[in-house]
Amino acid sequence: MRRQAVSAAPARGPGQVKEDPERARKAPGSASREDAEGSAARRAARTQRLRNALLSLCSAALGLVVWIVLAHSGIQGFPGPASVLSRGWQLLRDGVLLDDLGASLRRVLTGYVIGTALAVPVGFAMGWYPVVRRLIEPWLQFFRMVPPLAVIPLAIVLMGIGETPKIFVIFLAAFLSCVVSTFQGVVSVDPTLVSAARVLGAGDARVFLGVVVPASSPFILVGMRIGLGAAWATVVAAELIAAQSGLGFRMQQAQLYYDLPTMFVQLIAIGTVGLAMDRLLLLAEHRLTGWQERR
Amino acid sequence: MPSIEFNEVRRDFGSRAGGFLALDGVSLTIEDGEFVTVVGPSGCGKSTLLNVAAGLLDATAGSVTVDGEEVRGPSPERGVIFQQYALFPWMTVSQNVEFGLKVAGVGRAERRAAARRVIDMVGLADFADALPKTLSGGMKQRCAIARAYAVDPKVLLMDEPFGALDALTRVRMQDALLETWSRDRRTVMFITHDVDEAVYLASRVVVMAARPGRIHRIVPVDLPYPRTEEMRLSAEFADLRRQVWNAVYHQPSTLEGNSS
Ligand SMILES: Nc1ncnc2c1ncn2[C@@H]1O[C@H](COP(=O)(O)OP(=O)(O)OP(=O)(O)O)[C@@H](O)[C@H]1O
Ligand SMILES: [Mg+2]
Repeated sequence: MRRQAVSAAPARGPGQVKEDPERARKAPGSASREDAEGSAARRAARTQRLRNALLSLCSAALGLVVWIVLAHSGIQGFPGPASVLSRGWQLLRDGVLLDDLGASLRRVLTGYVIGTALAVPVGFAMGWYPVVRRLIEPWLQFFRMVPPLAVIPLAIVLMGIGETPKIFVIFLAAFLSCVVSTFQGVVSVDPTLVSAARVLGAGDARVFLGVVVPASSPFILVGMRIGLGAAWATVVAAELIAAQSGLGFRMQQAQLYYDLPTMFVQLIAIGTVGLAMDRLLLLAEHRLTGWQERR
Repeated sequence: MPSIEFNEVRRDFGSRAGGFLALDGVSLTIEDGEFVTVVGPSGCGKSTLLNVAAGLLDATAGSVTVDGEEVRGPSPERGVIFQQYALFPWMTVSQNVEFGLKVAGVGRAERRAAARRVIDMVGLADFADALPKTLSGGMKQRCAIARAYAVDPKVLLMDEPFGALDALTRVRMQDALLETWSRDRRTVMFITHDVDEAVYLASRVVVMAARPGRIHRIVPVDLPYPRTEEMRLSAEFADLRRQVWNAVYHQPSTLEGNSS
């Protein structure tokens, strides 16, 4: 399925242009006009992009100004961009920042990978077999109402103070977000697509692998994105409560010493890394599900 | 010989408020190589009848036989074309067309060649590698028709295949379909709510009535094939169209009162 989606991707752009064969055929002299239309459209797109980039820049500048104003407004110890930048540089040079980042990422990825790897088959099973759905759904709904962090105290008592309880709660956060959307994806597969496959002779296995899996992949990818967001939020919070390393831990340490610049550095690092991971998944989503008709 | 026979087909849809009788004792024989259209008011059970023939829906009582064999579940011998195209959106046109052949275990090269042939037939050769979302409605439906033809079904079951198309595209598709049909004379059951279309395509028009769904009248169309544009404008055609129109829209008043 992945191979098909990727190999099909290049057909996306040109398809738009050659959509109307009649027009191209009827008016042989229209080639240059179409070219002109195409370049006009490209120019418009470029202007649009430029404008968006400018607006983003303005937004960043505005944020910076607000920050500087706040720093000078006399809030006790509120650091300005300069001191945060120099602290960030220092932490980077010492290797502390990267070590913390590594520790947090290791936890997140371990919990997340296990969580989604389990969530996808469970979600499929729930969508495909009503019995499985009836058995699992009540527990799912229940645990969705419990914030994963609320499980931490229990997890620490049961699993000790090592990495296990933290990874476990991240696993829980990722699993719960991903399983629900996978299940939703399976039950919302268009039944006429299933019928179309069946009348072409497809059996259960083929319908499942050839239709249900690809048709629900957009939902699964959205679930994976939400799951990653939840996992990242959870790891930081878990480290605030119980850890000896990681971005959250460093922030908690900084709080003890009133070290506001360090807290800012951690905050910015957390946001940036979270954003980067989200963008990465968004990119994958667009590549893999470019076949969708978007409205 | 691939004829379609409905024998006293009955279909209930159970509900808490009591059963709903969608089809009641429908008997109909579509001869080998015949082109039959089915019209009737919305909700009279046309799709239900077609889905029973396709094996996508079980009859509550009665049976359908195709080519002398009782229908039990879907089979590639009965090609189905849906109103909503039902193309696999993540596959290109040729991948869609090859799907049934792949299921049947046809080798890659042979699959390619067969797909190329039917794609050419429906005039989508330039779009073989396009995704469905880049196609117009008429092109999507031609792709769906190619996909059904690729596995060489004995009969074709079409559920308002041109219902979503504009009038001009519709007429073109009708002519293209008739042209293909006159070459291979595949048995066709074609559902429509367009009286004009029903008369133009068919050798017999089956008019259904609702509540319960049943056959109300069968109007034979004695116009010769190939059908032409002049025939559409002929007095005979107008007369047939009026007959079908009356049968559809002026059904027995007791039932009309029921269904409103
Ligand atoms: N799955 C179902 N459950 C309950 N009732 C159904 C179901 N499918 C169809 N029906 C009922 O059966 C009747 C016939 O439906 P069907 O779809 O065959 O109508 P139709 O003649 O194809 O109508 P249309 O022209 O609008 O497509 C309708 O009244 C509908 O409400
Ligand atoms: Mg219908």
